[in-house]
Amino acid sequence: MFIKEFINAITAPYFLITAAGILLFVSLKYPGKFYTNRSALIVFSGMFLFLGLSVIDPNFRKIVTKPDNVPIVGMLFLIPFFTWFALREAVRNDQRTAEGKPLIEQEETADKVLTWPDLVYTELICMVVLTVILIGWSMTLEAPLEEPANPSASPNPSKAPWYFLGLQEMLVYFDPWLAGVVFPGLIIVGLMAIPYIDTNPKGNGYFTLKERKWEISTFLFGFLILWILLVILGTFLRGPNWNFFGPYEFWDIHKLEALVNVNLSEYIWVKALGMGLPKNPLIREFFGFVAVLTYLLAMPPLLARTLLKRFYNTLGPVRFHLMTFLLLAMMALPIKMVLRWLFNLKYIIGIPEYFFNI
Amino acid sequence: MANFSDRLKETFKNLSPAKVGEWIQESQIYRSIFRIGVPDSDRKRMLVMLGSVFLHLHPVKVRKSGIRMRYTWCMGGITFFLFLVLTFTGLLLMFYYRPTLEYAYVDIRDLREQVPLGIMREIHRWGAHAMVIAVWLHMYRVFMTGSYKPPREFNWNVGVILLVLTLLLSFTGYLLPWDQLAIWAITVGSNMARATPFAGHEGPGAALLKLGDIPLVSNSSDARFALLGGRFVGEGALLRFYVLHCVGLPLVAGFLMAIHFWRIRRDGGISGPL
Ligand code: HEM
Ligand code: HEM
Repeated sequence: MFIKEFINAITAPYFLITAAGILLFVSLKYPGKFYTNRSALIVFSGMFLFLGLSVIDPNFRKIVTKPDNVPIVGMLFLIPFFTWFALREAVRNDQRTAEGKPLIEQEETADKVLTWPDLVYTELICMVVLTVILIGWSMTLEAPLEEPANPSASPNPSKAPWYFLGLQEMLVYFDPWLAGVVFPGLIIVGLMAIPYIDTNPKGNGYFTLKERKWEISTFLFGFLILWILLVILGTFLRGPNWNFFGPYEFWDIHKLEALVNVNLSEYIWVKALGMGLPKNPLIREFFGFVAVLTYLLAMPPLLARTLLKRFYNTLGPVRFHLMTFLLLAMMALPIKMVLRWLFNLKYIIGIPEYFFNI
Repeated sequence: MANFSDRLKETFKNLSPAKVGEWIQESQIYRSIFRIGVPDSDRKRMLVMLGSVFLHLHPVKVRKSGIRMRYTWCMGGITFFLFLVLTFTGLLLMFYYRPTLEYAYVDIRDLREQVPLGIMREIHRWGAHAMVIAVWLHMYRVFMTGSYKPPREFNWNVGVILLVLTLLLSFTGYLLPWDQLAIWAITVGSNMARATPFAGHEGPGAALLKLGDIPLVSNSSDARFALLGGRFVGEGALLRFYVLHCVGLPLVAGFLMAIHFWRIRRDGGISGPL
């Protein structure tokens, strides 16, 4: 009982996301300690144990065995597994480089083998195994079919398809025009820009961490924390009214969350200056505009002179500004999250008259 | 007569699987299909790769490091295979499925209730989920091995578009069963389009676009309307999603995959350390 409540408490979004972020960066700082066979054994047996014991709980069982959620349970194992695998290879390669030995991949690059049979047979086996898995899966788990569509009875919670739940989770922190349109667009643009921003010639065609620490850390933060983790959070831990529910908690439609979120304008005009909100929205949101414009326009030159100076020098102005813009856009999400968790901040700029809320 | 039965006996005595195999391989039909025959020598193994439409996707020889599962995780290939499986099962589903409000749900229900051992729908649905996960993992691998670096920048970009197409395929397919799960998932998803800056009627800036007093962007002329072919997820949306799902998007995706695979070869095969 106590353990269940403890787990319910530590899976709360603010804790889960912060802890996962810290864990990621610490593990990248000391990869040799984290990405070893032993740690994998511990983590994965822990995960299996957790899952095995937890399915006894009816609330937990209900949510993980929902047909559409089963693949996501699989993903819960696959993504950490491949993260561990890629970084273990990277650690090994970095060790080899340090010792002056050739990379794991290098031992075999000079070798050319015949595609038939070496590759074709592997592919054949792969396809057969996959077919067997798919058929087995399909025979044991029936595809869901609920009541016929009824436009007047919206279920609670109404969830988007699972791979978009990261975006739906973003709606907690941002309005739809950002979470549903601008950010997804920037994710696509950002992904496409990667090869043109990253001019580091090293680490092309082999696993490494040391030679690309910055790129890999940034990508892993975006992919693992801001995408995969949010998908998992949105799938398993968000219930009616998009409220948070721990994994063993009953999805109670009447659960109330106190909504006391406050806009930046109120914080400044009402609480700090004691003046009351001005009528004109532009004056009212003056401080918000200053904050956002500073973030987007003043930060890049500042970063170019300080923290990211070395990138400014190697990338040149165009690449650098593209990179910082994308980076700042990405970091807007965790920043807004932290502001929400700490200060219940609702909008930095809030002009609902024009649907312009940030 | 005796002569004939003797001959028959003798023929059967000589009939071993190896002999039959040989006979088949020497037949004109077999030789017209498989020009090279069984690839039992290196020369034939190379010719086989060149002579087949399917196998010529691959080069004749590959770097040993590139075919390692530990390197590619097989994820690109798995994604492609799942796409083929989805095309095949999707085609079968199309025989039974009619994309109208009247029939869509009933057809799917009949598929589940009337077809003994029918698992096409299951394979299609689970395969679709698996494909999304496989694309993510494939992108993850390509990033972690730095394989987007020159000369493969362009192929990474083709990949990003393929990723978007995969998500769109899955999104459009999700509506087709026309149950509560389907329409509400699509409603939630497409509600976002309503907030598109300037182009959605609840997006920032849309209120600025008007002719005199008439707003240009309203709930029946905005981005969401264009997506759904209506003001809500209804008949128009079902047809649109069906056509996109079964014809439009698979064609585009297939086309881009051809480019993707071609470029892998042109860019020097699977990446590896120099
Ligand atoms: C040429 C290729 C394809 C064709 C002809 C096709 C056809 C169909 C048809 C007729 C349906 C409705 C039947 C049903 O809902 O059970 C369907 C559903 C669906 N399709 Fe496809 N499809 C194709 C490819 C794909 C791909 C590549 C994906 C995903 C990446 C996908 C994802 C889905 C999903 C998620 C459903 C809903 C499944 C369900 O609830 O049963 N399809 N497809
Ligand atoms: C429908 C989706 C896709 C299919 C069917 C596909 C298929 C493949 C296949 C079969 C390979 C051969 C190597 C391997 O298996 O890893 C490959 C390589 C590659 N893919 Fe994809 N891919 C898809 C999506 C993507 C995405 C989303 C990206 C990146 C954002 C991407 C970028 C690349 C790159 C850069 C290579 C070359 C890798 C190298 O040389 O090591 N692809 N793709």
